Amino acid sequence: MVLLLSLAATSIIGTIIPQNESPAAYFQAYGDFLYRLFNVFDLFDMYHAWWFQLLIILLTINILVCSIDRFPTTWKIVFIKKAPFILSKFRNQADNEYFDDSRSSEQLKDIYESFVSKGFGYIRTEQTDEGYCIFAEKWRWARLGVYGVHLSIVLLLLGALIGSFFGFDGYVNIPEGEVANSIRMRNPGQNISLDFGILCEDFNVSFYDSGTPKEFRSRLTIIENGKPVFTKDIIVNDPLRYRGLNIFQSSYGPLPPKEVTLNFTSRKTGKVYKKKALAGQQIDIPETGGKFVLKDYANSYKFGGQPIGEAFLGTLTHNNGSSVDIVLSVRFPDFNRMQKGDMVVSVSDYTQRYYTGLQVTKDPGVWIVYSGFIFLIIGCYITFFMSHQRLCIDIVNKGQTCRVMVSGTANKNKLGMQNKIKRISEKLIDLKTNT
Amino acid sequence: MNSSFLLSITTFIYGLAAFLYIAFWVFKKPLPGRLATWTAFLGVIGNTMGIIMRWVESYRLGIGHAPLSNLYESLIFFSWTIAVVYLVIEKKYGNRIIGAFTTPLAFLAMAYASMSPNISDRIQPLLPALKSNWLIAHVMTCFIGYAAFAVAFGISCMYLFKQRDTEGKSKLLTHFPNTNILEELNHQLVMFGFLFLTTGIITGAVWANSAWGRYWGWDPKETWSLITWFIYATLLHARMMRGWGGKRIAYLSIAGFFAVLFTYFGVNYLPGLHSYGAS
Repeated sequence: MVLLLSLAATSIIGTIIPQNESPAAYFQAYGDFLYRLFNVFDLFDMYHAWWFQLLIILLTINILVCSIDRFPTTWKIVFIKKAPFILSKFRNQADNEYFDDSRSSEQLKDIYESFVSKGFGYIRTEQTDEGYCIFAEKWRWARLGVYGVHLSIVLLLLGALIGSFFGFDGYVNIPEGEVANSIRMRNPGQNISLDFGILCEDFNVSFYDSGTPKEFRSRLTIIENGKPVFTKDIIVNDPLRYRGLNIFQSSYGPLPPKEVTLNFTSRKTGKVYKKKALAGQQIDIPETGGKFVLKDYANSYKFGGQPIGEAFLGTLTHNNGSSVDIVLSVRFPDFNRMQKGDMVVSVSDYTQRYYTGLQVTKDPGVWIVYSGFIFLIIGCYITFFMSHQRLCIDIVNKGQTCRVMVSGTANKNKLGMQNKIKRISEKLIDLKTNT
Repeated sequence: MNSSFLLSITTFIYGLAAFLYIAFWVFKKPLPGRLATWTAFLGVIGNTMGIIMRWVESYRLGIGHAPLSNLYESLIFFSWTIAVVYLVIEKKYGNRIIGAFTTPLAFLAMAYASMSPNISDRIQPLLPALKSNWLIAHVMTCFIGYAAFAVAFGISCMYLFKQRDTEGKSKLLTHFPNTNILEELNHQLVMFGFLFLTTGIITGAVWANSAWGRYWGWDPKETWSLITWFIYATLLHARMMRGWGGKRIAYLSIAGFFAVLFTYFGVNYLPGLHSYGAS
């Protein structure tokens, strides 16, 4: 319990101090002394710090020891051949229900037996000195539920341990149309080569009218030995799984276009010439002569301190040999008009290329964790809402009538069992009037 | 008539129900009690209709999704679950005074959603990360758990008031359920809430694994939900193994609910992945 609370308390620290940022940022935020203090205790990456891991290990040991300590006792109760019932214990209980019935004890025994067998798995009738006694019980195995919960926690931690030893978490950026054969680890930053290739055939991003992103979609093809194996579109929440690796859509970014169509508008004649330009390739300018070289692309270009968005950069060489660097804004086609020249150059059309940012993970422990999840939910349900219930109906001959006692115990939710005994008693009285 | 308007009306209905429950508690007349139950029931109907209408409206806008995607929608659903959990308890245990301690919570959640200037009631399109069937499972299980903890909180407060007055001097406390029942109810609700919180955390983990490739990342909301889980786990262990009862369990239940509130609201002030819940 102390462990549970100290894990809770220390986890709070981790939510207050942002984790895994650069030392410089921490230094700025906390100053010299606190920085050193926090660093000693690994507070900047505390969930991976030795003392936090130690707390988790202690918790696991605690769970195991407690469970092993108690398990034999429970085992003996659960796996016993003949369920023990002690009539005197039931008779001495405080909250028993009593009523009288005028029929014979044999008659009542048969009626009650068939009624009780509907609700309870195990039923046994014994003859007593004064009549009959019906014992019944159910959900004996529910006593094991709590071990299911504890086992599930151990499974979760085991799965996490396997994941941290044999799994990895990496990422790779693949430009559209290209193949990646290796990925970069997040921690530590090294490259791992894959034994297959990931080809990004296409990447698309769509937006809502409000401008917020709607969907990121990458079409990926797995390449083995130079041959495509299969293709799948992945979006956020729908990853590709291949050979134990999971490939997730994680981010994206723009790439310089390979080809752009430029408009050359002559100032003299007003004629517009369309020309395709490839990066680095020289093109001849029509009408006035001269050359143009497309040099670079910037995703968010700043001109005189003002952001103008996407822009192409090129060099215009005039006939007389003098050259000038020009900026072609995508958003403002007339941008080049302000820069004096015989030819106004503007961007007519280009296809935006993207790279897709993929997260590539491998976690062989995940199925152990998932089975832990299932055990945890089922175990909690059994532990909380199913109890080992025992019922005792004692029929005692009293001359002309029979005295009936209804009594019961449960290992959990005693109040609920009391109410249940009341209900059963009422139903038994009803049985009397019906037959 | 749109969903926001209907939900604003529902806020007032819950307010009225809370008022009637308190009136019933203070004046001990049966009429406000009966009225309170009907009003609360009407509130649940209005709340349900509001949620359904909002769902339909989102489809009309062409961005159809379950109304569980932001703070406004989650608060509306939170109120709904509190009211439903309370009404089930009223039906089962037949004590209306509990309503005086729980329906105000449903009212406050609704009022906060409707009135706060920081909370937008516009239907917004879903971000790519939220587009998953796990959204419904995750949010619903979490909030059913939260609602059970909220009602347990109200009952723990009642317990603390009741147990201070052992001789039955205070007239306000005479019709409270007795301490045994309050304690048992608290425990039942905590177990119920714990099961749903567990399921909520697990569905969240499975979802995170399908969206981001990891089932646990020590994101502040994840961590805080774990802290909440630890507190309630402590409560359950203390009760079962150490035989704790009474006041100490009531205090733990109250502490747990504050952790729930912090998980829900406080975490929005810390950096993390669950930022959709903040606006």
